[in-house]
Amino acid sequence: MFNITEKKLLASNIKLIKVYAPLISKKNKPGQFVVLRIDESGERIPLTIVDSDPKEGLITLIFQEAGKTTAKLGQLKEGDVIHDILGPLGNPSEIKTYGQVVIIGGGVGTAVAYPEAKALKTVGNRVITIIGARNKDLLILEDEMKTLSDEFYITTDDGSKGHHGFVTDVLKKLIEEKRKIDLVVAIGPTVMMRAIAGITRPYNIKTLVSLNPIMIDGTGMCGGCRVTVGNSTKFVCVDGPEFDGHLVDFDQLLTRQRIYLDDEIKALKLYEKDIGEKRGCQA
Amino acid sequence: MSSLTKPKSEFTNPKPSNRQAMPKQPPKERGHNFNEVALGYNIDLAQAEADRCLQCPKPTCREGCPVEIDIPTFIRLVKEGNLDEAIRIIREKNNLPAITGRVCPVENQCESHCVLCKAGKPIAIGALERFVANHDNKKELRKVVVDKNGKVRKIVAVVGSGPASLTVAGDLSKFGYDVTVFEALHEAGGVLLYGIPEFRLPKSIVRDEVEYVKSLGVKIETNVLVGRTVTIDELFSMGFEAIFIGAGAGTPYFLNLPGENLNGVYSANEFLTRTNMMKAYKFPEYDTPIKIGKKVAVIGGGNVAMDSARTALRLGADEVTIIYRRSRDELPARREEVENAEEEGIRFLFLTSPTRFLGNEKGWVKGVECIKMQLGEPDESGRRRPIPVKESEFLIDADVVIIAIGQRPNPLITQATPGLKADSQGILKIDENLKTSRDRVWAGGDITSGEATVINAMGMGKKAAKLIHKFLSENQAHAI
Ligand SMILES: Cc1cc2nc3c(=O)[nH]c(=O)nc-3n(C[C@H](O)[C@H](O)[C@H](O)COP(=O)(O)OP(=O)(O)OC[C@H]3O[C@@H](n4cnc5c(N)ncnc54)[C@H](O)[C@@H]3O)c2cc1C
Ligand code: SF4
Ligand code: FES
Repeated sequence: MFNITEKKLLASNIKLIKVYAPLISKKNKPGQFVVLRIDESGERIPLTIVDSDPKEGLITLIFQEAGKTTAKLGQLKEGDVIHDILGPLGNPSEIKTYGQVVIIGGGVGTAVAYPEAKALKTVGNRVITIIGARNKDLLILEDEMKTLSDEFYITTDDGSKGHHGFVTDVLKKLIEEKRKIDLVVAIGPTVMMRAIAGITRPYNIKTLVSLNPIMIDGTGMCGGCRVTVGNSTKFVCVDGPEFDGHLVDFDQLLTRQRIYLDDEIKALKLYEKDIGEKRGCQA
Repeated sequence: MSSLTKPKSEFTNPKPSNRQAMPKQPPKERGHNFNEVALGYNIDLAQAEADRCLQCPKPTCREGCPVEIDIPTFIRLVKEGNLDEAIRIIREKNNLPAITGRVCPVENQCESHCVLCKAGKPIAIGALERFVANHDNKKELRKVVVDKNGKVRKIVAVVGSGPASLTVAGDLSKFGYDVTVFEALHEAGGVLLYGIPEFRLPKSIVRDEVEYVKSLGVKIETNVLVGRTVTIDELFSMGFEAIFIGAGAGTPYFLNLPGENLNGVYSANEFLTRTNMMKAYKFPEYDTPIKIGKKVAVIGGGNVAMDSARTALRLGADEVTIIYRRSRDELPARREEVENAEEEGIRFLFLTSPTRFLGNEKGWVKGVECIKMQLGEPDESGRRRPIPVKESEFLIDADVVIIAIGQRPNPLITQATPGLKADSQGILKIDENLKTSRDRVWAGGDITSGEATVINAMGMGKKAAKLIHKFLSENQAHAI
C-alpha cells in the first residue's frame, strides 16, 4: 500500500500526486517510470516518475485523466492509498553533455520531459525548451521549465498563449535558422513524436523519443508493450522507454495503443455513471 | 526395468484392474466456465484406486518421482483410511501436494514407472495425491510450530515467489531463519498464479499455500523488482546473509515472423496474465480488458498452448485451433490436458507451422499463413525434427493469435548483478550444490533449468534450503 501525501490540480484535467514509496524514490533516475494498480479490481498502468525526494521517500507522478484508471486515480485524495506501485522501471535516460539540446514536451508529456531537461541542464547542456498544449489551460510545469531553460517557447493549438500552432513549427524554425542542434528530446503524444522524428530525420539530428505503449507487468514478462524499432521487436518496458526516434515504427505503436479503445470507452462510461450516481446520492 | 524387479503378482493379482476415472465437469459445461475441470476422488473412489496398488517391494513409481515421495506407503495409508498419516508421508518430500497433485506430468514421472503401466493401467498416483492434499487443507493439520528462540536468526532473501522460492522460504523458516521473499508482481505465486489457469489450478489453492508459507514466519514483499527496485548487492548491504534466486523463466519467445506485432497477436504470457492475474474475464467489473476473438489460433504444443486455447474457449471464442509443428505423439503438454482440450472441442492442426500473420487495413490480425511439415531424423531432444513441405502453404482465418512457443529467464537480474553468470539464453549457471557464480547466492527452478515443471522447481527449492542451512550454520557472518 502506498500513501498519497499530496495532491494538486495542474490544469483542467491534469493532476499531480506525491506518493510515499521510499525504495523507488531512492533508486529513481530521469526517464524511469512506475506501473501502478489502484485497487483489487484495477488494471496496471505505467506512469513516469516526474520527480523524487529520497529524503522524504516521496515520488511525484503527473497524469491526465483520460480513461477509467486515470479518472479513478484523479478521485483519490491526500491520505488515500494506491494498492500497488512497482518501480523504478525502464532504463534511465542517458544524461551526458551533448552541447545544445532541444527538449520538446507536448501536453502531459511535458511532465516526462521535465526531469530529463533538468538533468541535461545540470550536466552542462544549453537547453532550449518548447512546450505545447491545446490551449493555455492545459499547459503544465511552465514556470519549472522556464527557470531551467536557456531559451523557452510555448505553443498552443488555439493561440491562447505563446505561438499559435504546434511545437513542430518552432522546431522547424530553429532548424531553418541553422541553429546548432546536437540532440532533440521529444516527449508527448505519439503523433507529435512521429512528426518531430519526421522533421529531424532529413537533417540527421539525433532524436530521442519516450514511448508509452500499453503495459501490464512492466518487467519484460508479457510482451504487450512491444513495438518495432529498426528491424527488431523491442519490449518498451525493459528495452526502453527511450528510443532513437528515427527507427521507431510509430504507426505500429499508434495502432497498438488503440487495441482496447472500445473497451476503454465502455469502462469509462460505466465508471462516470457510477460516480455520477454516487454524487447524486450525496447531494 | 529388469524382469527381476517385476513382481509376479502382476500376472496373478486378483485385484480390480480398472483405473478409477477422475470425475470431471462435462466438456460442454466446462467450456463456458472457469471452475476447476477435475472434481476429485471421493473416499470410495480413492480407496478403490488405492486398493489396486500392488505395494511393490521395490517400488519403481518412486524412481519416477523427481522428489522421491514414498508413494506405496501413502497409497497404503489411503487404503487404510489414515489420511493424516498419508499427508505426513507426502509432505516429507513435497511441500505443495495440492498443487503438484493437479499439475504434475505424472504420465512421464511416477505413473510411467508404475509396474501396472505395462498393462496400460498405472495407479492414478496424481489423483490420489490430489485427494490426500485436499484432505490436508480441510483439516488444518499443517500448523507447524516454528522454534525461533533466538538461536540461528540469520536473514535470507528469496527472489521471486514461484514454487522454487516458496519451498526454499518455507523450509528455511522451519529451520529457524528469518526469510523475506521479494516478488515483482503484486501477488505471490509465480506461474501458479499468473500462468496456470483457474480451471486447472484454482487460485484459492495457490493463495492457501502462500498463506501457509507466511504462517511459518516468511515475510513476502510484493512490488519489488530485484535488479531495479533493489539489486542483489544492495540486499547484501541491507544485511541479508544468503540469497536464493527463483525468478523463473518469464520472458516469452516470439517467432520473429512478419505481422507478429499486429493487434490481436498475444504472447501466451500476456493472454494468460490478463485472464488469470488481472481477471479480464470479469471485465468491466475488473478493469483489465482482453480481446476475445471469434477464431483463435494458438501456436505451440505445450501446457502453455493448451492453457491458452482452453482459456480462449472459456472466454467465448467460437473456434480455437492449436497449430503444432510435430504430430500428436510429440505434444509436450500433459496427456490429460491434451485429452481435456480435445473433449472440449479444441481443433488441432498437426505438422503445421506458421510462416506469417496477415492483417486487415486497421492493423488487426485476420489470418495465419501456415506451411505443412513432415518429420525427419530425431534432433538433440530425441524428437523427430519437423521439415517444411515445399509449396504447401495455406491460410487459416484468425482474429486472435496466441504465441505459446516457450519462455526464457528474464535477463534483468543477470544484467544488474556483476559476476552472476548465465548462458546466452539467460539460464543461470549453477554447480551441483545449486550455487551460482556469486558468493552466497543460490538459484533453482526455471531460471536454472529453463522451462521445466512445478515439481522440479519445488524439488530444487527443497535441496537449496538444506544447502543454504548447511552453509549458514558452518560459516561466519557475511563481511560487508
Ligand atoms: C501456462 C503454463 C502452464 C504450465 N503448466 C504446468 C503443468 O501443468 N505442470 C508443471 O509441472 N509445470 C507447468 N508449467 C511450468 C511451471 O509452472 C514452472 O516450471 C514453475 O512454475 C517454475 O517455478 P519457479 O519457481 O522456477 O518460477 P516461476 O513460477 O516462474 O516464478 C518466478 C517468480 O519470480 C518473479 N520474478 C521474476 N523476476 C523477478 C525479479 N527480478 N525480482 C522479483 N521477482 C521476480 C516472477 O514474477 C514470478 O512470480 C507451466 C507453465 C506455464 C507458463
Ligand atoms: S504405484 Fe505402481 S509401482 Fe508404485 S507400488 Fe503401487 S503398483 Fe507398484
Ligand atoms: S509490459 Fe509486459 S513486457 Fe513490457
